[in-house]
Amino acid sequence: MTSSDSKTRIVVVGNGMVGHHFVEQLHNSDANADITVLCGESRLAYDRVYLSSYFSGASADDLALTTPAQYASWGVNVVTNAIVTDIDRENKTVVTTEGQKFDYDKLVLATGSYPFVPPIKGNDQEHCLVYRTIDDLLAIEASASVSKVGVVVGGGLLGLEAANALKQAGLDTHVVEFAPQLMAVQLDTTGGDVLKQKISSLGVTVHTQKATQSIEAGDSCRYKMVFADGSELETDMILFSAGIRPSDQLGKKAALTLGERGGIAIDNHCLTSDPNIYAIGECALWDNKIFGLVAPGYTMARTAVSHLTGGDSVFTGADMSTKLKLMGVEVGSIGDAHERTEGALSYTYLNQPEGVYKKLVVDSEQKRVLGAVLVGDTSDYDTLLQYALNDIALPEFPESLILPSSGDAPALGADALPDTASICSCLNVTKGDIVSAIDGGCCSVADVKGETKASTGCGGCAALLKNVVDAELEKRGVEVSKAICEHFNYTRQELFHIVKVNGIRTFDELLEAHGEGLGCEICKPAIGSILASVYNDYILKESHLPLQDTNDIYLGNMQKDGTYSVVPRVPGGEITPEKLILLGEVAKEYQLYTKITGGQRIDLFGARVEQLPDIWQKLVEGGFETGHAYAKALRTVKSCVGSTWCRYGVQDSVGTAIDLENRYKGLRAPHKIKFAVSGCTRECAEAQSKDIGVIATEQGWNLYVCGNGGMKPRHADLFATDLDTQTLIKYIDRVLMFYVKTADRLQRTSVWMDNLEGGLAYLQDVVINDALGINGELEAQMDAVVDAYQCEWKTTIEDPQSRKRFRQFVNSTETDTNIQFVSERGQVRPATVAEKAAGVGQFIPVSMV
Amino acid sequence: MTAAQDFSAMPTEDTVWHCVCTTGDLVTNSGVCALIENEQVAIFQIKMNGESQIYAISNFDPIGNANVLYRGLLGSIGGAPVVASPLYKEHYFLETGLCKEHDDVAVKAFPVKVDGDQVYIAY
Repeated sequence: MTSSDSKTRIVVVGNGMVGHHFVEQLHNSDANADITVLCGESRLAYDRVYLSSYFSGASADDLALTTPAQYASWGVNVVTNAIVTDIDRENKTVVTTEGQKFDYDKLVLATGSYPFVPPIKGNDQEHCLVYRTIDDLLAIEASASVSKVGVVVGGGLLGLEAANALKQAGLDTHVVEFAPQLMAVQLDTTGGDVLKQKISSLGVTVHTQKATQSIEAGDSCRYKMVFADGSELETDMILFSAGIRPSDQLGKKAALTLGERGGIAIDNHCLTSDPNIYAIGECALWDNKIFGLVAPGYTMARTAVSHLTGGDSVFTGADMSTKLKLMGVEVGSIGDAHERTEGALSYTYLNQPEGVYKKLVVDSEQKRVLGAVLVGDTSDYDTLLQYALNDIALPEFPESLILPSSGDAPALGADALPDTASICSCLNVTKGDIVSAIDGGCCSVADVKGETKASTGCGGCAALLKNVVDAELEKRGVEVSKAICEHFNYTRQELFHIVKVNGIRTFDELLEAHGEGLGCEICKPAIGSILASVYNDYILKESHLPLQDTNDIYLGNMQKDGTYSVVPRVPGGEITPEKLILLGEVAKEYQLYTKITGGQRIDLFGARVEQLPDIWQKLVEGGFETGHAYAKALRTVKSCVGSTWCRYGVQDSVGTAIDLENRYKGLRAPHKIKFAVSGCTRECAEAQSKDIGVIATEQGWNLYVCGNGGMKPRHADLFATDLDTQTLIKYIDRVLMFYVKTADRLQRTSVWMDNLEGGLAYLQDVVINDALGINGELEAQMDAVVDAYQCEWKTTIEDPQSRKRFRQFVNSTETDTNIQFVSERGQVRPATVAEKAAGVGQFIPVSMV
Repeated sequence: MTAAQDFSAMPTEDTVWHCVCTTGDLVTNSGVCALIENEQVAIFQIKMNGESQIYAISNFDPIGNANVLYRGLLGSIGGAPVVASPLYKEHYFLETGLCKEHDDVAVKAFPVKVDGDQVYIAY
């Protein structure tokens, strides 16, 4: 209980998401405060929104929002398992169950809420649980392990999350809802029905309009629920998720003003009836409303910090629009979803076969969006929310906003947004902030980012930000440069044409004729890639060498300590025991850290630059080739075991994967390319998340294109069905070459497709119907690239001059003593700076050949 | 991190010249590394419009904490030659060792001279 006279002593009761946000914001404000956090749980703040991910493998640590060490570094005093029993407002002290006393100058109540358990006879039995904390999850997990059937009481947002958790725990799952529909707060009746159908099809049984009267001993299961209509449901465990109630007991005991139905009343500054006590989050009642979402809670936290530090922010309610995914089903709700506004009119779109429902609620004059309901497809959510929040005038045919894309849905241009429109919701940057940044001299997206911090949170608004910046700059007569960098005033596609048409074979030639300066790390690799795509020369040819990123020069990926990874190609993921043993022997000899990759091959880490040629010599002699893991090129073709072994396989997926990998290996592209081939529709190779995906059918192959996993997943588009192998390869040749020729620098196929005018239909027209008359050329180019293939590592180790490049020093055979390792789980890892300083890093001596 | 100082590559009277390699060991428009009394020095040869220029800076990347600068890509910013760190892509001016992205970061820059085909670094 540290305190000093000069600092304001702030005691925060509760360390949920909102309590933690308050502490974080107060810390960031540099306020001269002495902060004490009293946390009722044994764990510090964690992410309750993603609680159900615990059942799909997330650990308590993954959910954690902070650590004791972080609080310590902020100078925040934190006590866990500290349950506050009383507030002495007169002496400004709080007391915990342990009898500890804490003095405060300002008190912040962030006690959250507790789950409401309906007064049903038998609701207090051992396997009747609630769903709110990690401890609840542990109890659910324990109960689920001795249960076969589970019921969630409550079909709201949290109830469906809880049902997801039970389903993931492997239980036969039921949802019991008192109301006639699911998610009655956010959805209308039809939306609730569509959601019910979708969730039922996922294997969760939904019972609506069921009032539970008692929980009794069961016959086939542990319990039997008896409903008001006389029906019964047998279950082994029951989860109550029938809403929340504010945890306002402390406020009540201290005689703070409460609402009629609970909740600690607060004003616009989040102050309670005691001017030294704030309440924020779900325990607080503003304008007779409890806000059961995290975003309004965060706003309250910021408001309280602002008031404490002399700022002028106020809390004036919150938009309760939500977009979420429940068991993979997209659900969105905006504003007045129930058409309660007088004169409100609506447009609806219902697609029962696909389970999509959209409703747009507009005002009586059809000028403004009042609300919306989206089930099964929330792709229109962002646009509709901008319309609703900013009072943007609706287009002539408002229904076009929710109808499936007929190609002419009016896009919401940057100009249509008012200055108050929130562009970056993470950092709370409005369009007005961006406009004034540009007025203040910013003239690029990078400048605006630096100035306003927009798009530096989740990054989800990057495209919108760019639109706004470009539009504003154009308005001011600034020509928006599409140049690749300061050395070439062309796009990648234009440079590709210049190289091709003029037969340019080196960077210097191109720079002299069409560029200026020396080039840079942006244009050099891009042009290196273009030259490689057009000619497929040996990448380390002297004239190409200076163009390559270090990864391409040393034919390995540089790791954080300056060592490289060694990744041999394992086509289709098929590997003989002999080769596997060789990999193990090489890894052992050079003490390389070894890990299996997602692309069905093996990474060896920690190779020094001077070791690479010897390592690769051994691998090449053993029959391996380079895996191009360092290159913007074909990486892997993943496969499942296919019809040769699998009972379900209908085609030889491994054989085809190996053929494809061998055909396209070495092809340089604007970005990396990944393939997969699945032997049947069970899709074990996950082909639909790849740039090129192939799935076997009884008749041949289905081809998918432009999928992506990773940072921004995109489901691949079905391009053509039931192809024979020859046609399959022809189509892939054309798609890839067209991508190589037309995509932007570092543009994955997924983004390329999203930006391709005409989209999938256009690509099909070009590739299948030869709409541009270029298929002959595309195939000839691909054939030339395939014929010119060479293993770069084989070429490199055979040439003494090239081998010379792989040495740390031109004047010494010493090695880099800064590269040091420590042992972890039986293998090496790079020593940290602290470990090196402490002298615990091991320096592995190298035998020079 | 090293505080920014003027490390301009001007030889003084106390300068000791170390012969590190021949011009044949250098790679045009790329880098190599030499070890001089336990100090790693990155040496770059830049050829433009037929003229060749050699630069030397410390090989240690003060942000990535690794000896990698000689493996970076060369380029120019407004006409001044730079190397981009292969780890996190900060740019260091070859003439001064100053970091473009961070005012308070710099690496040492060393004077270079060529005598016949021998390359000398002042250290």
